[in-house]
Amino acid sequence: MSTTNTTGSKVRVATVWLSGCAGCHMSFLDQDERIVDLAKKIQVVYSPLVDTKKFPEKVDVTLIEGSVANEEQLEMLKDIRVKTRVLIALGDCAVTGNVTALRNSWENSDQEVLERAYKLSEDLQAAVPNMVPKLLVKTRPLHEIVKVDFYIPGCPPSADLINYVLTELLVGKTPIMEGRARYG
Amino acid sequence: MNLSDIQKIAEEENEFQRAYKYRINVCCSSGCVPFGAFKVLKAFDDAVKEFGVEKICKVARTGCVGTCSVGPAVLVDPGEHLYQCVTPENVREIVQSHIVSGVPVKKYLYNNGGYFRKQQRLVLRNAGKIDPTRIQDYISVGGYFALAKCLSTMTPQGVIQEITSSGLRGRGGAGFPVGQKWGLVARAHNTPKYIVANLDEGDPGVFANRTLAEADPHAIIEGMLIAGYAIDAQKGYIYIRSEYPLAIEALQKAIVQAKSMNLLGDNILGTQYKFDLELRFGAGAFVAGEETAILVSVEGRRAQPRPRPPYPANQGLWNKPTLIQNVESLANAPLIVLNGGTWFKSFGLPNCTGTKCFSLTGEINNPGLIEVPMGITLREIVYDIGGGIPNGRKFKAVLVGGPSGGCLPESLLEAQIDYDSLKNVGAIMGSGGIVVLNEDSCMVDTARYFTDFCIEESCGKCTPCRAGLARVKEIFDKITTGKGELNDIGVLENASEYINNASLCGLGQTAPNPILTTLRYFREEYLEHIVDKQCKAGVCFKNESAEE
Amino acid sequence: MTTNSTITLKIDGVQISVPEGTTILKAAKNNGILIPTLCDLEGLTPYGGCRLCLVEVTGSPKLFPACTTPANSGMEVTTNSERLKNYRKMAIQMLMSERVHICAVCVANDHCELQALANQLGVDHVAFERNFTREPIDSSHGFLVIDRNRCILCTRCIRVCDKIEGVHTLDLKKRSKNTEVIMDLDEFWGDSCSCTGCRKCAKVCPVGAIYIEGEAITQTKNRDVAEFITARRNRK
Repeated sequence: MSTTNTTGSKVRVATVWLSGCAGCHMSFLDQDERIVDLAKKIQVVYSPLVDTKKFPEKVDVTLIEGSVANEEQLEMLKDIRVKTRVLIALGDCAVTGNVTALRNSWENSDQEVLERAYKLSEDLQAAVPNMVPKLLVKTRPLHEIVKVDFYIPGCPPSADLINYVLTELLVGKTPIMEGRARYG
Repeated sequence: MNLSDIQKIAEEENEFQRAYKYRINVCCSSGCVPFGAFKVLKAFDDAVKEFGVEKICKVARTGCVGTCSVGPAVLVDPGEHLYQCVTPENVREIVQSHIVSGVPVKKYLYNNGGYFRKQQRLVLRNAGKIDPTRIQDYISVGGYFALAKCLSTMTPQGVIQEITSSGLRGRGGAGFPVGQKWGLVARAHNTPKYIVANLDEGDPGVFANRTLAEADPHAIIEGMLIAGYAIDAQKGYIYIRSEYPLAIEALQKAIVQAKSMNLLGDNILGTQYKFDLELRFGAGAFVAGEETAILVSVEGRRAQPRPRPPYPANQGLWNKPTLIQNVESLANAPLIVLNGGTWFKSFGLPNCTGTKCFSLTGEINNPGLIEVPMGITLREIVYDIGGGIPNGRKFKAVLVGGPSGGCLPESLLEAQIDYDSLKNVGAIMGSGGIVVLNEDSCMVDTARYFTDFCIEESCGKCTPCRAGLARVKEIFDKITTGKGELNDIGVLENASEYINNASLCGLGQTAPNPILTTLRYFREEYLEHIVDKQCKAGVCFKNESAEE
Repeated sequence: MTTNSTITLKIDGVQISVPEGTTILKAAKNNGILIPTLCDLEGLTPYGGCRLCLVEVTGSPKLFPACTTPANSGMEVTTNSERLKNYRKMAIQMLMSERVHICAVCVANDHCELQALANQLGVDHVAFERNFTREPIDSSHGFLVIDRNRCILCTRCIRVCDKIEGVHTLDLKKRSKNTEVIMDLDEFWGDSCSCTGCRKCAKVCPVGAIYIEGEAITQTKNRDVAEFITARRNRK
């Protein structure tokens, strides 16, 4: 899958943070000085790291960290898929659900998790806030909702692996995950 | 006892039976008992006495006549008049008219000539004709003559040669040549050797082995005795499901009788040959019918298959050479010994000889237990024997081979019944279950139903069968509740192919057959469910609304 | 298998000679060809359940588990075709989706054979919907803990308990996906009167299903224990 875009300008890259801990983004930043090389070829058009409010159109590569746990994220992911050419699931949460999916073992886990977080742990004025987006009954990895083009497992994935996948994609090659992918 | 004694018993019994002008055979098999067969049997006993004809009319309890849908079935000889749906109330009328006046009661007669015309009853030769609880009945029709012939005139190698020349193949489903198997066990060096007769028929809708055991238990015992002689085994086990009380009772009685007549035990028929037989009961696991699982179950452990090699012929029960054979294969042995392999070859196809029992069920006019020569087409079974689909509905598919068989469409009805042709179209001989489905059946739901069965019955040992089938079921649940996606078909296909190739035993290997065949022949129905979210047969999508 | 004769076969094109009765798995291993396994463990009775070690034998349409199939003279074995690679990935995916396998919070993270195989074989995602079982964790024993949600039913623990320790505290109950490892007659581990607390089950568990409370996993895991004891026992 080629990521070189047609106009010959920089590849438009977005990174997205759904239900995750930001560890994958940290790992992304951990590429250290290699980011400088990357930056020559890519342009980050949307990210928790930059100040853009709305997900832009015609993105070449989107890296998504975290699983889909609530309705807002569900809509967002579907929207991103439409606007993205190559979608990459970044990290275990996006690939498998990981820790965020631990709640799936409970029936009605959406209720259960809110009760625990907002009521059982509070002594005074315990109440579930009404402005948080509605939780899905089950937390899902990305590929159960939309088509995912590449997977980078890991909790977090190593900076080397992220760098490997991106550089391979940038030169139009398909990254080989055998022996490189690493869960946990 | 020896051969002449057997002949004497046969003559005496025939003499005894000739004294009766009529013989009323009341089917007391599992198919007829729920309809009140025992009450009918008693009513006949009473009526015969009431009309004072007990001297000329013998009332006998027999096994299955074959017409299981119209039970209780009663066969009156001479002339093989078959009465259907007999109730204790119309017994008097039958006795009065048929026995006393000699006029069969036409309105109660089974008038479906086609049902028997294309059948060929070898294994079920005595079913419905002899009283399974009397060994004399069996001897009178030539029973144990084959054993006597073996012991007096044949060498073990000779017996194996005869069986090999008959071309008989294992009736348990896999179709391994029986003679070759016997030869393998006979040549194995270790001793003692064992025989296990497989009567663990766990498939839903299959009752051929059960009926055989209920109708003619001595044929199984004689088959085992012959096999034991051929391979030099002295101990045999019949592994039977504990859910088959009538069959167990019949076999237990038969074993006691055979022992009392010196047909089992030491010095059988006055020779050096000794053979002992024991029943072992299954605890209700389908997988225990698999040949390596049956062994551990007989040994008293958890029924889990193990990989082969080593093959049971070399390392079976307690690591000794063991012959595992389906009871239907064994019941063929006396016939072959008595009449010769060449005679047996005259039935069926050149490369697939003999007959096969099938349990014919589903949406069909004449369900029942049938025995047909190999090479008969599915169309003949469904339309000529089965009498087609009732209530003017249209034929849709036929599932051949039990829950792990293949669903075949109308275009494949010309397929022949033999191991290789069935395999070519994606079905299996399996345990011999044929289920006919009409247009009211949804093929996706059918595949899901049979997959469910295999999931429940998976022993849990190997990954593909245990974990794989469960995943497959989840995909089916998605499709049948309207949540299916197009790529689910691909996932289904890949997973099925994997389970098919990678599973440890026959259960897992054949479990995806209904999925693979429905995907092959009824793919459009899957697409309907996934794309149009509709089930034309009106079977799916209902459960979902019921749950909500 | 008392004969000392040697047979020759080809594995992945390499001519190999091994004593008669050697399994394909061992024949390959002795010659540096590693076939992935999960349920097999040196020193225990081969089980043939995980189906990862399936290999192709030229001339047979069937696949054979390398751990239980003896090498035969003249055999041509393929251990790593595309088809086998796909099948192995499939097996790992099925195992990972069967129960709760969340590496990040697992006691055996980084010392788990399932995780290692998933990484090694490039199983970068699980195509099946994952199942989230919720079996209670049995920590009634003084130090041994079993979390059946992580169990892959390889039965190493059962076999090591039976064959090496000679106790047979552990066995299976139920069937299909409901199969579970139990202690004695399905009792709490703490109530088991036969368990000797030898820890071998925890040592050989390929995943984090059986572990020792308060002990580092690196200290617990010792997958050579069965081989070591068997070798010592057989020493004349």
